[in-house]
Amino acid sequence: MQTKIRLYFVVLLILSIGIGLILYKHLILGFPLLPDDKTFVWTIEAKIDFLAQGDPTTVSFALPPRAPYLTFMEEDFASPDYGFSELSLPTGRRAQWSKREASGAQTTYYRLSLYENDWVTDSPPSDLPPAPKQPEFDEVFKTAALTLLEQVRAKSANAEIFARELINTLNSTSPSQNQRLLLNDHADSDYKTNLIVNLLAMEGISARVVRGLYLEDGRRRQSLTNFIEVHDGHQWLLFDQDSGNSGKPENFLMWQRGGQSLLDVVGGINSRVSFSIIRNVQSTRNLVVRSSMNKQAGLIDFSIYSLPIEQQNAFKMILLLPIGALIVVLMRLIVGIRTSGTFMPILIALALIQTTLITGIIMFLTVVSTGLFIRSYLSRLNLLFVARISAVIIVVIAIMASISIISHKLGLSQAMVVTFFPMIILAWTIERMSVLWEEDGPREVLIQGAGSLLTAVIAYLFMTNRIVEYLTFNFPELMLVNLALILILGQYTGYRLSELYRFHSLERRNDTGKR
Amino acid sequence: MILASVKKLRSFGIIGMNQRNFGLVSKYNPRHLYPLVDDKLKTKLLAQEAGINVPQLLGTLRFQHDVKQLKEMLEPHEQFVIKPVAGSGGKGILVISEHDHNFYYKPSGAALRLHNIERHVSNILSGLHSLGGKPDAVMIESLIQLDPVFSDYSYEGIPDLRIIVLKGYPIMAMLRLTTHTSDGKANLHQGAVGVGIDIGTGAALHAVQFGNPVSRHPDTRKIFSELTIPHWDKLLPLAAACYEMTGLGYLGVDIVLDRDQGPMIIELNARPGLAIQVANCAGLLPRVAVIEALSNLTPDPQARADFCKENFSTTLRMLPPRKHRTRATDRTKK
Repeated sequence: MQTKIRLYFVVLLILSIGIGLILYKHLILGFPLLPDDKTFVWTIEAKIDFLAQGDPTTVSFALPPRAPYLTFMEEDFASPDYGFSELSLPTGRRAQWSKREASGAQTTYYRLSLYENDWVTDSPPSDLPPAPKQPEFDEVFKTAALTLLEQVRAKSANAEIFARELINTLNSTSPSQNQRLLLNDHADSDYKTNLIVNLLAMEGISARVVRGLYLEDGRRRQSLTNFIEVHDGHQWLLFDQDSGNSGKPENFLMWQRGGQSLLDVVGGINSRVSFSIIRNVQSTRNLVVRSSMNKQAGLIDFSIYSLPIEQQNAFKMILLLPIGALIVVLMRLIVGIRTSGTFMPILIALALIQTTLITGIIMFLTVVSTGLFIRSYLSRLNLLFVARISAVIIVVIAIMASISIISHKLGLSQAMVVTFFPMIILAWTIERMSVLWEEDGPREVLIQGAGSLLTAVIAYLFMTNRIVEYLTFNFPELMLVNLALILILGQYTGYRLSELYRFHSLERRNDTGKR
Repeated sequence: MILASVKKLRSFGIIGMNQRNFGLVSKYNPRHLYPLVDDKLKTKLLAQEAGINVPQLLGTLRFQHDVKQLKEMLEPHEQFVIKPVAGSGGKGILVISEHDHNFYYKPSGAALRLHNIERHVSNILSGLHSLGGKPDAVMIESLIQLDPVFSDYSYEGIPDLRIIVLKGYPIMAMLRLTTHTSDGKANLHQGAVGVGIDIGTGAALHAVQFGNPVSRHPDTRKIFSELTIPHWDKLLPLAAACYEMTGLGYLGVDIVLDRDQGPMIIELNARPGLAIQVANCAGLLPRVAVIEALSNLTPDPQARADFCKENFSTTLRMLPPRKHRTRATDRTKK
């Protein structure tokens, strides 16, 4: 009983370590649990053009703020011979390029690759707004504004509805005279943004401008879109100034908050910034591995990922073996299938992975049956055991070679894969089967042969399953879970499925005996 | 129904392979004692020391070059059995019942030449039949003479009696009869008939071949209900004494009856199989429970045999005794 408790304790420990590590990797580091997860990686390029006039030149450009739901993979700054520095100001990050003397057309670039982490949701900013600053309008303008505000106020109950109503009124298709006056006809979107912020300030509501970029694949020469962020007394709400919709649209990157300029160029004229956007699809796992390695997460740093790619591929195969072992344990302890050689089926399954299923099985049967045939001749030659098994190995190699050559001549390239079968194991299988044949007859050979092949095929199906393959490689901790399962199975003292058949006559006779 | 229901099997107290390995073999048989029974030469010596009858040893071969002496060694003996010392499950046993100058005859009448036998011997020496393929030795034993009691129940071979001994108590017995299908071997999965034997009297209870009930021997057509094992009173203590001899708590004792020398132990098995339950149409578990519940085990084999005769006899009562069934039935009711 004591040992049992100890065992369960160990099993529980192993299991919780395994599952804990998996959860850590999934929840904290963001490893997806399924292989299908794809993430869009956006590459945004901002191109700044201006005409320098031969004076000291400084370019200051607002950079998008880092947010927990965004992972910035790479940021590049490129310019012809400019000194560069990145500044962190209370109003946000800015890039600054400067040069003592520049003339003619100048271009600098800023490139950013990022993706959204789906396991962290975006939270609105929590900073508190300063008190709204009353705008200074002339009399006519002010009257128009007050009238409009009164109209809107009549239809709204709180700051959020007020802001939406105001935007909708300003955008209405049949503007009143007041509106037309306020929205002077050839005004750009910056003017409108400022107008809305000012009108809200007159109402005592804090608001600010937010500039952002719609992320769409293959777009070029894009500019930032203005949004309005309104503080309703508790939190910041984002409004689309053209539609009045609130909330952050999908695939929208906030670039800048507040009224600071996006681009300042000192010593240049005709400055312009344009954005181009490209989308790449990458597997989430690759991104996570990369970012975790950058972050030096210990678990990743000391993991298989730190090995060279070639060794990683070897491990991909090796990490599948425990799954095969689990299948063998299940088949033998729970189902009760007899196999020839305990772990021979795993090796066959590994070979099947290389050869694909049907071809592999045909090859296996061909090699083993030809081998058995030749072995029956060898047994008449009266050889010593070690010599005989060595002879069988050579026979197996000869069979493989001839299968490869014949099939190549016939133009069947699939049969070439026969070389993936482990030769020594095949030789042993043939030797055992042949002895089994002599001692227990062909029936036992068929039972054990079919049992081995069935186990191998089931193991193969599991080991080639994409999800299993993905999980075993990316969560090697699964091995611990597997180990715990095998330890538990080692305690299974119930009947094997085959025993239900074996003892079925017993059940019938006991029933009749009782009657 | 092709499959039996787990519930019913459990209520009969049938022990499965996993439970045997876990609850009996690894619980009662310490690993370091295995060599005593896995090496048949050691078993033989032990038995001889304990004064138990064993088949006479005619010779042993340990090395490949000894094979040359085989002819000389076999010459004086008309009949003999060649066995791997570390073989299991009856593997690699060759029985020769007759030989003339050139040919050696198996009980089935098949003739072998000397070189066939030499090959068999060198196979054994290379470890073909031993567990894990370890190099093995060969022993040559005198052939057991068929007891006339069994002459109608056996075909081309010697039947043997398997008794399961738990902590020295013989709890279940089965007679294994050779058939034509089994090629003269007393091996159930090769087609030998297993006959459940009543522990109380030595009378036959049920018989099975390939897991199916049979009432007559398939070759001799003799009905089993008339079969009773002679010397039963001597056999049980003999089997029980093997516990003291080896120290193994869960033991399969294989006994043969020799026409001239009476009961002999031919083999001990530390991992006896479960077919005995099918032959007896009864599970081991209730009997194991009775033995495990005993508080004082007596060191006297005779007393233990008597205890079992009293408790595990099935002919007196058609149904297993009430107290043996309660444990299992109670559990299923929960």
